[in-house]
Amino acid sequence: MTFSPELEARFAKLLESYPPGRTRSAVVPMLLYAQDEVGHISTELIEEVARRCKVAPLQVDEVVGYYSMLHRKPLGQHHVQVCTNISCLLRGGEELYEHASQALGVGNKEVTADGQFSLEEVECIGACSWAPAIQVNYDFHHFVTPEKLDRLIAELRKAQ
Amino acid sequence: MLYNEPSPLEVKVVTKRFGLPNSASLDTYLATDGFKAFFKAAGMTPEQIIEEVKVSALRGRGGAGFPTGLKWSFVPRTSPKPKYVIVNADESEPGTCKDRLLMENDPHQLIEGILIAGRAVDAHKGYIYIRGEYRYLIEHMDRAIAEAYARGYLGKNIQGTGFDFDVYTHSGAGAYECGEETALLDSIEGKRGIPRMKPPFPAVVGAWQSPTLLNNVETLCAIPAIIRDGGAAFAALGTPKNGGTRMICLSGHVNKPGVYELPVGFNLLRMIYEVGGGLPNGKKLKAVVPGGSSCPLLKADECDIAMDFDTLAKAKSMLGSGGTVILNEDTCMVKFALRIMKFYAHESCGWCIPCREGTAWLKKMLDRFHSGLGQKSDIPLIGELSKNMLGRTFCPLGDAAAMPTIAIVEKFPEDFEAHLNGNPCPYAHANEPAYA
Repeated sequence: MTFSPELEARFAKLLESYPPGRTRSAVVPMLLYAQDEVGHISTELIEEVARRCKVAPLQVDEVVGYYSMLHRKPLGQHHVQVCTNISCLLRGGEELYEHASQALGVGNKEVTADGQFSLEEVECIGACSWAPAIQVNYDFHHFVTPEKLDRLIAELRKAQ
Repeated sequence: MLYNEPSPLEVKVVTKRFGLPNSASLDTYLATDGFKAFFKAAGMTPEQIIEEVKVSALRGRGGAGFPTGLKWSFVPRTSPKPKYVIVNADESEPGTCKDRLLMENDPHQLIEGILIAGRAVDAHKGYIYIRGEYRYLIEHMDRAIAEAYARGYLGKNIQGTGFDFDVYTHSGAGAYECGEETALLDSIEGKRGIPRMKPPFPAVVGAWQSPTLLNNVETLCAIPAIIRDGGAAFAALGTPKNGGTRMICLSGHVNKPGVYELPVGFNLLRMIYEVGGGLPNGKKLKAVVPGGSSCPLLKADECDIAMDFDTLAKAKSMLGSGGTVILNEDTCMVKFALRIMKFYAHESCGWCIPCREGTAWLKKMLDRFHSGLGQKSDIPLIGELSKNMLGRTFCPLGDAAAMPTIAIVEKFPEDFEAHLNGNPCPYAHANEPAYA
């Protein structure tokens, strides 16, 4: 597979950062960084990461099933992750999730028909004191209300 | 950046640069005592550094509260193997959002802490394991690390001291379990994050079969101040055997949620009412999660308590990771227990049967109970099932799921009773609205 020069540079730096012979250590970050560029983790990507990290494809495959941020199917262009864990729960996180589900017309881990949005109910994202919080891709949004969420979704739609 | 106004009651040690212009830059760091501790440590023996940390009574800020100096002393410095320092920045305990601020506002303080730890245990490489969701912090730390290399504060012969050290970031990819130190080690080796049998402890056999020192971000951020101003000064800020300050993440039903640095041993009620401004809408306090979702909850009448490790342990709870969650009188404790269990069932790595099966069954039982289909006999059964997980797993995740559940069943039986006989949840419409 071919990646952007930036990603290739990142991979090179990553592989150098571990002790000699420990290239397997790069598997998880490499999968995540690659997923960010190519969209999801395909069999082809698993084989590519296995080759670069000098491990068997199975050793990469078993990792994909473990980490919740690694996805075997494409996500929406904007992956909306709503936290409903305890601190967010107390501040209306569940209602916010329901609102997001209705606004986008999709359920948990589903993608809109146009591929623009996907939704996920996530566990604690580390924004407890600024709850309820969501992440859209990697961007944090704090003190989110249903109205704020509507505005955000509209802005992201317009930006297309 | 800061996400909340500071409180006048704060005692700032690890957060003292928060709010300064360009607080994350090396120039700001150097202009505000930065790297003074490193130079001082360069003239000390490893034994002297460890002794100073012991004197400080610093205890691990990730949750377990293990004495940091003692942990450092376990690393076999004379081992011919390479030694590693790994920073646990996998902050995932529900209720906890402090390490994020430390890395964002003062990355060089963490780097200096790593260097001093490295000098104390004869390590020359350090890794910062950052949870995948904190991508912006991986880029941010990478920039700070690059700046430190460019100015000779990392790399070969740092500032002419003869000490070599390299620091790298490593991204996780979404797994609470990887905050457990042995699971983190498997994860950094490129595997599924499964806990390891102890002993051997990571200090002896850790990452890549080598002696490894693992510390939380906040723990290492306290090190420069301890070395610079002396362990005794740090210890004096807290209570006996509980030195220094703690970052407390106030969340839930509180008027001024936010992260505040307070002396260890600060009274919980003062924390809620004086620092946090009390509960919104004049509601009464019902319970508090003192330090992250795994801690047994305190009832309102148990909250007049000093927040240090030993006092909370005496009260059969834990200081944990500093995630203090405030619950008002309208909170359904069955629902709260269910949400906690849903989390642990999702995050159980599946390695140990009591945890894998226990969390899944407890989630189903609590779900059924909350929907009004519970039976009276379920109430003691939920407690018993939880007790059967306690101490029967490789890592503390099973305990973390069991402990709050046992406390909720024992302390709030009336909330469970209220759901019997097909009654709908009495609190169904009582959730606080989201705050703008």
